[in-house]
Amino acid sequence: MNETSQIVKDTASRLFADRISPKLLLEAEAGIWPAEEWALIEEMGLPFAMVGEDDGGVGLDDVDAATLVRVAGAEAVPLPLAETMLANRFLAAAGLALASGPATVAPVCPEDRFSLERGSDGWRLSGTAHRIPWGRTAQTIVVLAEMGPQCFVVRLGNEQIRVEPAQNLAIEPRDSVIVEAVLPDEAVAPLPIGWGVDDLIAMGAALRTAAIAGAIGRVLEMTVGYANDRVQFGRAIGKFQAVQQSLAVMAGHAAAASGAADLAAEGLSQRAGSMAIGIGKARAGEAAGVVSTIAHQVHGAIGFTHEHSLHFLTKRLWSWRSEFGNESHWNRQFGEQMAKAGADGVWPLIAAL
Amino acid sequence: MQDFSFPAPPTAPDTAELRAEVRDFLATELADYPAAKRIRSWSGFDADFSRKLGQRGWIGMTWPKEYGGHERSAIERYVVLEELLAAGAPVAAHWIADRQSGPLLLKVGTEEQKRSILPRIAAGEYFFCIGMSEPDSGSDLAAVRTRAVPVEGGWQVNGTKLWTTYAHHAHAMILYCRTGSADDRHGGTSQFLVDLTLPGITIRPIADLSGARHFNEVVFEDVILPHSALIGPEGNGWAQVMSELAYERSGPERFLSTFVLLVELVRAISGQSSSDREVEALGRLGGHLVVLRRLSRSVAGMLQNGSNPALQAAVVKDLGAIVEQEIPEIVQQLLATEPDLRSSDSLSAVLGYAILNAPAFSLRGGTREILRGIIARGLGLR
Ligand SMILES: Cc1cc2nc3c(=O)[nH]c(=O)nc-3n(C[C@H](O)[C@H](O)[C@H](O)COP(=O)(O)OP(=O)(O)OC[C@H]3O[C@@H](n4cnc5c(N)ncnc54)[C@H](O)[C@@H]3O)c2cc1C
Repeated sequence: MNETSQIVKDTASRLFADRISPKLLLEAEAGIWPAEEWALIEEMGLPFAMVGEDDGGVGLDDVDAATLVRVAGAEAVPLPLAETMLANRFLAAAGLALASGPATVAPVCPEDRFSLERGSDGWRLSGTAHRIPWGRTAQTIVVLAEMGPQCFVVRLGNEQIRVEPAQNLAIEPRDSVIVEAVLPDEAVAPLPIGWGVDDLIAMGAALRTAAIAGAIGRVLEMTVGYANDRVQFGRAIGKFQAVQQSLAVMAGHAAAASGAADLAAEGLSQRAGSMAIGIGKARAGEAAGVVSTIAHQVHGAIGFTHEHSLHFLTKRLWSWRSEFGNESHWNRQFGEQMAKAGADGVWPLIAAL
Repeated sequence: MQDFSFPAPPTAPDTAELRAEVRDFLATELADYPAAKRIRSWSGFDADFSRKLGQRGWIGMTWPKEYGGHERSAIERYVVLEELLAAGAPVAAHWIADRQSGPLLLKVGTEEQKRSILPRIAAGEYFFCIGMSEPDSGSDLAAVRTRAVPVEGGWQVNGTKLWTTYAHHAHAMILYCRTGSADDRHGGTSQFLVDLTLPGITIRPIADLSGARHFNEVVFEDVILPHSALIGPEGNGWAQVMSELAYERSGPERFLSTFVLLVELVRAISGQSSSDREVEALGRLGGHLVVLRRLSRSVAGMLQNGSNPALQAAVVKDLGAIVEQEIPEIVQQLLATEPDLRSSDSLSAVLGYAILNAPAFSLRGGTREILRGIIARGLGLR
């Protein structure tokens, strides 16, 4: 990480730590948009973190951009930071104007696709994408659609979509976005040859992996802290060997999730061509399950309350592991590659990652 | 809470050639070496093979040239190790000497010990065993009872070491024993370089649950060691043995012990129309190995920088043993093949070996519970 990236990361960490309070998280669950916090994030230029300086962005490298998402994950930041970063990255890649304000991307589920046709009256985009993060809040919706071998970016305003609200366990918006629109040339542009919808899903998966690793790191800290504070039978519960062994298991999964996020972040530049992204997402997803279970076990009943802030992280972990491709999806992808490599090729495949 | 981070592993753009060289060598040397033997992994003993590796310069790779080493980087050494393990090469003969006995001597040995021993280890001609465990001292290593007392001309040793892997083939042992008061659990211990041909040493093999003979009981009866056998200062044994364990726990052998079975699983799955369930399970295991490999290479980088990654090594070994044990478990869940050590079918024989050896993966080199205790200490809980 170079000096500029370090400054961006430190400033962002401080901003999140200062502003993202339990009160703000509860308000976000109630549907209140944290406008001031979003404004501060915009002021720092974070929505353009993955856009090169020549295209009007901040020009962090992908690994540093993922680090920002990781830091945000640790604070459960209830804002579409990763989504807006991705939206702008794809707008820039297609040469379209960047989004001002919060933005999102579609599709995000591996099986969802839009259809795009060139009609006499313009471009016709139609289809439904499920579980779109902040679909209702985003001012710009960046849709990827393939027409034959060519993938296009379509830039939509929120008045051009219909939203059926839904949410994940952390009450983050995960809406169905329904599009039936005819669009002018200015709103549609091709991506470079070789890019496709899978790239969006893969890059989203890499950023979710980063967020998961960040949240897991914080859950580990909170749980160790709690184990050292909470006294039963005259001593801190962290002094009991059974609790220590559970926390050691948690720390192992936290280490794996962190390594998984590093792998995925380094894979970002290869987009869907990177096997490391799927491997990372699946490994971190598995860790998310184990870590949440142990965290709640160690926290006892207090951690099961709405009052305690553990759930802001664990509800996100339970949700994020399913988003942008779950473990089954990504494990199957890598398994297919392994089977294709065959008995003689499987080690070279692993050693190249 | 200690720093648990795993920095990015050192990049080594120039290892491709070395990797290719090792692969070529293994393709030739192991052309007729069957999977049923490859699955022995780093428990496979072949002195001739070790000598060939020595000739190639692949033992003692990172050591100074003046002691027979090759002054290569830790990451280059890592490349050689992981290629050997992935191929299931029989590396047991020199493995312990290269991994921990040599590095220990290099760090705290006398000039004479270094000059007389290290070049022979690097040549693949001088093999070591680990003399730590005893009948009443397993996880509680500081409870060792074997004792060396100063006598005219050196030290006299009495006691029993147990589970000593390949003591019956090794030339020497690094003996961890008591030299001071039994009350001084840590300060009263030292390490010695023991020539296993000395009179008074009896090595008795112990069969494991499959009947195989790799570990032993080693009895010392009035064995006289010269003064020059002491390694490091007297009373420094505990600190030394702990640093030795960092080497013992950090390598790729801590997650690749059943890799050869994974290869056989790939062979079984890719040969036929495979089910989604099989492919998914395969991808999960492969993904776990990729992540472990990254963490493990990070530890190799930290060792190279001179930092002490004992905590990270414990994490990798704990996670690694889980995956090593899951591989046979999942193969048995997925495939109808029945495990049979003596089967002519590779998959069946390899699976049989993996199942019968899996219990040891979370015992040898520090049990699962002990590793988790170390991690808990790192978390600031103890
Ligand atoms: C295949 C194999 C090869 C080996 N090779 C060598 C060798 O070459 N040289 C050598 O010196 N040793 C060797 N060992 C010995 C190995 O290091 C010991 O088995 C290990 O340290 C555990 O000791 P133990 O078997 O006496 O078990 P114990 O220490 O008796 O442990 C039994 C069980 O109790 C648990 N336990 C013990 N203490 C605690 C505690 N404080 N808290 C929680 N749980 C605890 C353990 O985790 C374990 O589950 C080998 C072992 C095996 C299986």
